Amino acid sequence: MTVNDRSVSGDIDPRTLLVHFIRENLNLTGTHIGCETSYCGACTVMFDGRTVKSCTVLAVAADGATITTIEGLAKNGQLHAVQEGFWERHGLQCGFCTPGMIMAAVGLLEENNNPSEDEIRHGIEGNLCRCTGYHNIVKAIEYAGAKLRGEEPPPAEWEVSA
Amino acid sequence: MSTTSVLGGSVRRREDPALIRGKGRFVDDIKLAGTTHVAFVRSPFAHAKINSIDASAAMEMEGVIAIYTADDVRHLGLLLAQVAIGRLRPLLADGVVKHAGEAVAMVVAENRYLAQDAADAVEVDYEPMKAIVDIKEAASDKAMVHEELESNTLITWEAGPWGNEEGIAATKEKIAEAKKRDDIVTVSMEMKNQRLIPTAIEPRAVIADWNDGYGRMTVYSSTQIPHALAGAIAKTFGLAANAVDVIAPEVGGGFGAKLNVYADEMLVSFASMQLGRPVKYTESRRESPYNTIQGRGWVATATITGTKDGEVLAFELDGLADMGAYTQNFTVAIPFLGTFVGSGQYKFPTHWKIGCVTTHTMTTDAYRGAGRPEAIYYLERILDAYAREIEMDLAEVKLKNFIPESDFPGAVAPIGFQFDTGAYQTNLKALTDSAEYSELKSLRDKARAEGRHVGLGLSSYVEVCGFGPSALSGLGFSWTTYGLPSAFSGSGLVRINGDASVTVIIGTGPSGQGHETTWAQLVAGQLGIDYEKVRVTHGNTAESPMGIGTFGSRSAAVDGAASYEAALKVKAKAAQIAAHILEASADDIEFSDGSAHVAGSPDKSVSWEDIVTSAYHPHMLPEGMEGGLEAHSVFSPANATWPFGAHAALVEVDPETGFTQLLRYVTMDDCGNVISPMIVDGQIHGGLAQGISQAMFEDAIYDEEGNLLTSSLVDYPLPTAQDLPSFNLSRTVTPSDVNPLGVKGIGEAGTIGSAQTVVNAAVDALYDLGVRHIDMPLRSRRVWQAIQDARS
Ligand code: FES
Ligand code: FES
Repeated sequence: MTVNDRSVSGDIDPRTLLVHFIRENLNLTGTHIGCETSYCGACTVMFDGRTVKSCTVLAVAADGATITTIEGLAKNGQLHAVQEGFWERHGLQCGFCTPGMIMAAVGLLEENNNPSEDEIRHGIEGNLCRCTGYHNIVKAIEYAGAKLRGEEPPPAEWEVSA
Repeated sequence: MSTTSVLGGSVRRREDPALIRGKGRFVDDIKLAGTTHVAFVRSPFAHAKINSIDASAAMEMEGVIAIYTADDVRHLGLLLAQVAIGRLRPLLADGVVKHAGEAVAMVVAENRYLAQDAADAVEVDYEPMKAIVDIKEAASDKAMVHEELESNTLITWEAGPWGNEEGIAATKEKIAEAKKRDDIVTVSMEMKNQRLIPTAIEPRAVIADWNDGYGRMTVYSSTQIPHALAGAIAKTFGLAANAVDVIAPEVGGGFGAKLNVYADEMLVSFASMQLGRPVKYTESRRESPYNTIQGRGWVATATITGTKDGEVLAFELDGLADMGAYTQNFTVAIPFLGTFVGSGQYKFPTHWKIGCVTTHTMTTDAYRGAGRPEAIYYLERILDAYAREIEMDLAEVKLKNFIPESDFPGAVAPIGFQFDTGAYQTNLKALTDSAEYSELKSLRDKARAEGRHVGLGLSSYVEVCGFGPSALSGLGFSWTTYGLPSAFSGSGLVRINGDASVTVIIGTGPSGQGHETTWAQLVAGQLGIDYEKVRVTHGNTAESPMGIGTFGSRSAAVDGAASYEAALKVKAKAAQIAAHILEASADDIEFSDGSAHVAGSPDKSVSWEDIVTSAYHPHMLPEGMEGGLEAHSVFSPANATWPFGAHAALVEVDPETGFTQLLRYVTMDDCGNVISPMIVDGQIHGGLAQGISQAMFEDAIYDEEGNLLTSSLVDYPLPTAQDLPSFNLSRTVTPSDVNPLGVKGIGEAGTIGSAQTVVNAAVDALYDLGVRHIDMPLRSRRVWQAIQDARS
């Protein structure tokens, strides 16, 4: 399979989950494990252009697939707009859910780069965050959407005085 | 809505570039050469005798290195706990299990799968016994959870003026007078504050690496208290404190669940010493609720006696709190923490009595708010019920009973504790006079006119956090259990490096609170050095000064103050050096833009680089001055801090299904001065989500046999982005007077302020249908049932 533009291979136990292959064999530990049972989304990666929870896929099923993990999102040292949005709008606290959340947001914005708040909330429904209450994650995705549309992002809430 | 801060302002976080690129390092990401992996054999029964453990077949399996049982670790003693009331936890179940999922044996193997396969093959012969799960049944003492204890009630915390005779007499007299005037109303309700599973998205993980060449243990753990863990390991294994290095790298959320020393941390350390190899354990999500502490779990009756025009004459709380089977770090102290805020923001006599009861369930301990959300929940729910009963506006009732602003600073709560600063009337009015609040009211009224069941809930809170003072150790909170001399002090070390970059080393254990950013802002601001040149490090006990960790919303108020004072010390010395170089008086030296200047003569300046060069060439220093440019400070506040606030929620209930939805949430919090509005707001958002989630979604349920029915995220649903609205935050600012920054903690306020606000709103929505109370969580079935009960 191709992971982050690099072709990789490995001999593995057929039981191996894709998330374990990514973390253990490829040493790409940015993809996290929060539940291993498809509920938290911490393991979300791009799989042939769609977001999938990599704890629900066997590594062998990814044979020949093109995969992007959080480590492969920035191109030529340039952060992806979603990464920038999370940084600019305080979309993370502990950062554990963040790689999966960012991948989910990338997937969402690839389908619709001008989502409403409801559409954003619906779009990241499969990814749990225990730290942020999602408020600033929504703002971060709005920021990224504006960037991807070539527009000026709305100002941060803390820049708008009371 | 936010303000800019005199102390810092909102800057992008220092922590983020690694985390958004997938380069943050969490414990499970660390791979040491030769690492072995652990799986535990866990009891399927809540209470059972262990007749025998047969590990012989498992021992033969591929990749299995060792299997340990209580026989191997008994000599290490029980797991240390700070407030050691009740039965302490054995490292592995010793002859008997006391809660479902208790670890009975530990398998060490070459990888996780092999360890788990072998754990499944260990044969344990259990003789099940009756489990005591219900807290009231336990409190009756008809059967004992631990035979060796005299009662299942481990301790009863009682507080308030009703506790002394004078107080009782005075309160009784007032009540008698009101009775004579026929001006008395009593409202009483038994309410549950359900058990919760903290559920940080990062499951706990630990690696122990014993090196017998150096005689040193290195432990990586997802902990909020690295120093306490190092101390506990040292004590347990008879090592010197400086022979154990604990490293807490990135920690993926804690919320109190990682504010504990765990048996698994001792066990992997033990195994590493036995095997001479690194030993790693990562909890699975499924086993986490059996292995990591839970929170809350109270049932109590709240009673208010007051006049018909809203003067509360007495408030009583009488109840039980579930401690689970074994006492860990703070377990029985959590309800005691509740007593601190038992009388809330009010001046009325309060009598508080909470029995701490042991049951055959997982241990409870500190979960975000830890005793304070429970205390405020009961108080604010019953106050709402009282206001409704006398048909008076809740805000009016509050204003009538608040401790007056003229009593601050230093007002004393009726329950006995002294506050720092407060301005409760100002804060509540700031909320109720706001446009946001008026909008909630008009939205409710409009919806009602359309026949919808929409309710507006209001509540307010005061909380206590930012522990200190160090005298708390006199109340039984003492870190000496873990060999730590520190009793709630904070510390920080500030060092100017050779290139005039700055290293700040702190003793906290953050899990997402942004300390690297906030501390850098504090120190950079004092030294006039670019924020980008300040690096903050933490989480390695070999390097960092003593600190007790990050919990109880204490880091900025205590450890932040310490780093701030250390920066002042460095600055004072640098001023002397600059004065020497510039032939000026140190009093006239000012720092900005990376240089020291003589006030009034902008051309007379010397850069930090030159100052630091002098500092490390003592011959260039003023006569008698010691070389170097770094300082360490320990800060121990005179009191904890007491943040407060008022919240409002708008909730809609569908009476046909009971489906309840939170439409809007508005806050007016007061945490004193704010360093970074961005980070403070983030803490409030996260705190709100957890309090709202207790009100609406979460419930740790045990069946009669003591099985936990909610151990997966399907059965224990956390809120998703769709379940929550955006929040509308505002604040008032009443600086604390117990630290030089004027800050109060903000990590838990959102949680403490929110559960009752949502329930008050739901009751408001259904009041006309006769509903007076619904126990949390407000899931459809339960709400629907409450409506049916009210109708019949
Ligand atoms: S780890 Fe894959 S969804 Fe949680
Ligand atoms: S930032 Fe901690 S779980 Fe999302």
